[in-house]
Amino acid sequence: MARIIGGVASTHVPAIGKAIAEKKQNDPYWKPFFQGFDYVHQWLAREKPDVAVVFYNDHGLNFFLDKLPTFAIGAASEYRNEDEGWGIPVSRSLKGYPELSWHLINQLVADEFDITVCQEMLVDHAVTIPMALMWPGETWPVRIVPVSINTVQHPLPSVARCFKLGQSIGRAIDSFAENLRVMIVGTGGLSHQLDGKRAGFINKEFDTLCLDKIANDPLALTRYSIHDIVAEAGAQGVELLNWVAMRGALTGKVSEVHRNYHIPISNTAAATVVLNNQAIERRKVA
Amino acid sequence: MKQDIPGTIMFDGALAQKGYALNRMCFSFNSAENRAAFLKDEEAYCRKYGLSAEQRAAVKSRSVLRMIEAGGNIYYLAKLAGIFGLNVQDIGAQQTDVSVSEFKRRLEAAGR
Repeated sequence: MARIIGGVASTHVPAIGKAIAEKKQNDPYWKPFFQGFDYVHQWLAREKPDVAVVFYNDHGLNFFLDKLPTFAIGAASEYRNEDEGWGIPVSRSLKGYPELSWHLINQLVADEFDITVCQEMLVDHAVTIPMALMWPGETWPVRIVPVSINTVQHPLPSVARCFKLGQSIGRAIDSFAENLRVMIVGTGGLSHQLDGKRAGFINKEFDTLCLDKIANDPLALTRYSIHDIVAEAGAQGVELLNWVAMRGALTGKVSEVHRNYHIPISNTAAATVVLNNQAIERRKVA
Repeated sequence: MKQDIPGTIMFDGALAQKGYALNRMCFSFNSAENRAAFLKDEEAYCRKYGLSAEQRAAVKSRSVLRMIEAGGNIYYLAKLAGIFGLNVQDIGAQQTDVSVSEFKRRLEAAGR
């Protein structure tokens, strides 16, 4: 059976893509952020995931306002990145896992999550940058299932709903018959605001609260409304939804094993966490 | 437009409808060919996408706050800003009416 080994949450700021291309990892500005991945690399080398289910938000590469799904899932064997218009290098492609995608789709719809299914899906920096941060080498040793959450156009799905989406996906992974090690990724955040007269807004206190709650008390976060999250974390801080969905998918006993938090990367409070997921033994049927 | 969080825009159905033409134009800037076409003849490019007078004037002014007022969404507008070589610190500084170095200083101060 598939086993969920844990989760990684990571900021996905486009400027990181440029910094990687220009090899600025050890510059004083970037070092406090990049060195937060040293532990992630050790963890991945030890845990050896086969697949990553990635919760992220598309910023206008694959989806536009003409057709904007609240939740969408990829069912492709390959996911390409393309020119996003703001000057970051185009990433290499990622391998998909259609069999797992379709298992998740079947289980999600049976569970009343009527998700949009995409056999073609471009993935933007919100997928490719965390991948490049986790595996800085020449190849990415995992296949992915991308799950996109709308954070562009209100109404957004509630924090509680995204947690439940994650839980549903977690249960579906647990019932997948192949012997796989599955990691869950949530990208974006933490607090930041790009638009309006409050541009540049960062809230260290609220971010710290989110980081403190995500492993051990995620239900505390689901009590916030989207309006509350925008007020506390900034207009684009709503990317927290991806973190909450990731946490929802961790179906076992969850513990925080790594945390890095650094202000600022670009306009953003950058954060990285690693959560272990220890499967809870189910009672054997006699 | 909901304005109850000071200085903050909720990009909702009303704005998504109002800003559709402008955002659709900005979405087209994922293509290098389209970015070049915009730079070559901005007036014609805006006409092709059917921008309203308010949107056209906002683009002409290069004011991000005016473009947002006209229904622009920041993720799409950032693609337009990229054409002019502006990053999110540049447009942050412009929207908050401070220099880029002051804007960056404020970001750093938020970490202390």
